[in-house]
Amino acid sequence: MTPEAGRGGAASLPITIRRLTKRYGKFTALDHIDLEIKSGEFITLLGPSGSGKTTLLMMLGGFVQPDSGSIRFGDQEVVLLPPHKRGIGMVFQNYALFPHMNVAANLGYPLKLRGCRRDEIADRVAKALELVELGGYGERGVHQLSGGQKQRVALARAIIFEPRILLMDEPLSALDKNLREKMQLEIRRLHDRLGLTSVYVTHDQREALTMSDRIAVLNRGRLVQLDQPRDLYEQPASRFIADFIGETHCVPVDVHDGKALLFGKVLQLDRPLRSAARAQSLALRPEKLHLLVGDVPPQLNVIEGKLRQHVFQGDSIVSYVTLADGREIAVRRSQGFGERAPEPGDSVRIGIAPRDTIIVPDDEPTAPT
Amino acid sequence: MLGKAATSTQITHLQRLWLYLLCGLVVVFLVAPTLLVVPMSFSDSRFLQFPPPAWSLRWYRAYFNSIEWRDATFISLQVAIWTMLVSTVTGTMAAYGLHYCRLSLRRSVQIALALPMMIPVILIAVGVFMLFAPLGLNSTISGLVLAHSTLAIPLVMISVSAGLRNFDANQEMVARSLGASRIRAFLTVTLPQIANSVVSGALLAFVTSFDEVVISLFVAGGDKATLTRRMFLALRDEIDPTIAAISTLLILFSIVLVGASQFLRPGSKT
Amino acid sequence: MTMAHSEAGQGLNATALERSARNEQLRLLFLCAPALLLIGIVALAPMGWLSGLSFVGKDGLTFANYERLLHPSYQLTLLSTFQLAFVVTAICLVLGYPLAYLTAQMRPRAASLVMLCVLFPFWTSLLVRTYAWLVILQRKGIVNTWLENLGLIDEPLRLVYNFTGTTIGMVHVMLPFMVLPLYAAMKSISPDYLQAAASLGAPPVKAFWQVFVPQSIPGVIAGLIVVFVLSLGFYVTPALLGGGKVMMWSMQVERAMEVYADWGAASALGVVLLVMTIGVLWLISRLVGIGSLIERD
Repeated sequence: MTPEAGRGGAASLPITIRRLTKRYGKFTALDHIDLEIKSGEFITLLGPSGSGKTTLLMMLGGFVQPDSGSIRFGDQEVVLLPPHKRGIGMVFQNYALFPHMNVAANLGYPLKLRGCRRDEIADRVAKALELVELGGYGERGVHQLSGGQKQRVALARAIIFEPRILLMDEPLSALDKNLREKMQLEIRRLHDRLGLTSVYVTHDQREALTMSDRIAVLNRGRLVQLDQPRDLYEQPASRFIADFIGETHCVPVDVHDGKALLFGKVLQLDRPLRSAARAQSLALRPEKLHLLVGDVPPQLNVIEGKLRQHVFQGDSIVSYVTLADGREIAVRRSQGFGERAPEPGDSVRIGIAPRDTIIVPDDEPTAPT
Repeated sequence: MLGKAATSTQITHLQRLWLYLLCGLVVVFLVAPTLLVVPMSFSDSRFLQFPPPAWSLRWYRAYFNSIEWRDATFISLQVAIWTMLVSTVTGTMAAYGLHYCRLSLRRSVQIALALPMMIPVILIAVGVFMLFAPLGLNSTISGLVLAHSTLAIPLVMISVSAGLRNFDANQEMVARSLGASRIRAFLTVTLPQIANSVVSGALLAFVTSFDEVVISLFVAGGDKATLTRRMFLALRDEIDPTIAAISTLLILFSIVLVGASQFLRPGSKT
Repeated sequence: MTMAHSEAGQGLNATALERSARNEQLRLLFLCAPALLLIGIVALAPMGWLSGLSFVGKDGLTFANYERLLHPSYQLTLLSTFQLAFVVTAICLVLGYPLAYLTAQMRPRAASLVMLCVLFPFWTSLLVRTYAWLVILQRKGIVNTWLENLGLIDEPLRLVYNFTGTTIGMVHVMLPFMVLPLYAAMKSISPDYLQAAASLGAPPVKAFWQVFVPQSIPGVIAGLIVVFVLSLGFYVTPALLGGGKVMMWSMQVERAMEVYADWGAASALGVVLLVMTIGVLWLISRLVGIGSLIERD
């Protein structure tokens, strides 16, 4: 699913963002962001609302000006350039198709601006429609299209003039779940085919994990982690990120001399602690936990608790376990337990491999990883 | 039927009958007087008798045959059309600029541009007259157009601003991302979609100028007299029944314009 | 493009970015320039000139123009101007409030029909409307003829060329200005409040006075301001329907200009009217906020 980032199409460019800052009065929207995006890469800006991800995207597009900082597309400094000179394609959440033009006219608009001839425009419009599987829709009015179709037209319009960079601002938020998941794959396929450098904004972590080469997590105007999806998922840099990405239950641990202790017991880890901070937590992913029955393999870390209940969720069973300090964690497995299922109220032991034992600092690291 | 509850608060139609009557009377009060002018225009008599003793078209003939009345009408039309053009262009530009500007200066500009609506027209008329006198702009079409535009611009701005507020700003952003400069994006994407508001504003500007009395009294003298000035003087000095005929024609004109504006803006308020 | 060197303490490209942002905003403001110039030069600058001119008499700078205004006849004019404005405003409120109230409750189609009738005067020439009232109100006009035919009066009533006629004519002109803001305000009052009051046991009339009316006050104030301020400076209707017996301040201004060609006197009169208008507006803006006046659409 993840083709090599950096192989980009002929025209695509890398993006270099340096010390980008924006303040609105006392509120800091972006705080000295540094980010290098490779040519042809599909990168997602992920974060909760107010994190600054949309502001950053708007700055790349030229619609919001930073207070200070630099944005380079390849070798060219573009931070002072107006939007229409930056050679970017943009897709908005509400599609923003021109209602007073039909589909073909919408697609032809950027080409007309660039002085293409009529026949060339017609030709490229037809090709673009084929690319998004809307061949023959040229004569339709915008209001005759469904949500998914509108989004595809918006995409086609954003790439028809072969921009160097594609920016997308939560383009799928308005679609229902099934359509959204289908479109995620389509957008990714389109990206792979064209090799454009793409910057995608979303607050949906699942979407980010599905589509991206790399994910840049933003929180409160700062870039807190930049990693490939798998690394981000398995090695979050802070409690916030662990909570935000995937389902997690966090349990505080004590940190002494480079060791992490849970309820007095030292946890076996397969790598050194990320941070020397005092306040850290054990981030538990339900699917990485095992309800142990019988002997305990020695290499596993063990947590003791009392089973509260099992919940059948269709494709998996989630078991809720209460720990000694009253906290509740979840354990997810895809099959039933058979005859030896623990009953609610039973004392149980939960095993977790050192590889999956993730210790994260409670606060954001001061420098991004 | 009268016993039914009129509203969710359960008061019946019967209990509110006085309200319906009162409102009906007020509506009649608003509309009927103007319409009463129409039969008067077909009266044969020189005097304001109602009902008229005999019917004839003599006052219409008097209007169409009179060079002064025709000239005055022509002048009014000219001034109104130019005013419409000038105020619509400058007003739309100003509405756009103010809509997107974020400077604190914006407030003061907004107020300054709205002032002509708040100052009594007689003062503007006197001021304009004094200003134009040394410049020789009194009794000229240009002078009238300039003066009327000061009244029309705020109205155009109100209409266009409303249109801009209802407009999806993302579209202009998209157009610019696709390669259009701000002006190009405005002309090709924004303007076609706020056209209704612009045209409404234009119509309002036209009517404001065409019906304008006070400034025209001061500034439109001599052979550049507007229709309104002539009518005013005719009404004040001696009641020429030709006015009835002109009034009827004006009423017809208004109805056409109202129809046009309603057609353009379905479902919105002024 | 040129290399941007970082400015210590200021941030990369900070000055260039600030300049660019400022230029963009100024460019937008410049779009207002033609309109501003036109209005500024033609309508607003003369106001300043007027003020200056009001101090100029036959022999140079003087207060004479203002001193003359202390004469009783001007005081009478001032009185009748305010009197007319008050009466017209009051009547408009009494007639306009029920109409706005009822229209706000109507179904959209019926409501737009009523609003069309209310707006009809806007689109009809002021002179036509004034002429209509002459036809209706004068000695041999419609009202008197009918009343005589019905045997209710022996002599024609003096309905025009006096305060009564002027009032009727002005109310006719001003009523739409009262109804519009009222209607707009009332439409924005959620019916939830009245329903809540009803569910709490309030009888309809009480609910109306205690829940609805207070919420309609912003609209009432807007309507009152517009009508009052407009009436203060109105010229056409009093000039035509007053028959010279109703002297309004605006008519004094016109008289000074046209009849006496006394620019100094006219200026002084004008300044007083301007001050009155601004005074009223300022007073209300303290209560309501002038921003709402401009952006009430």
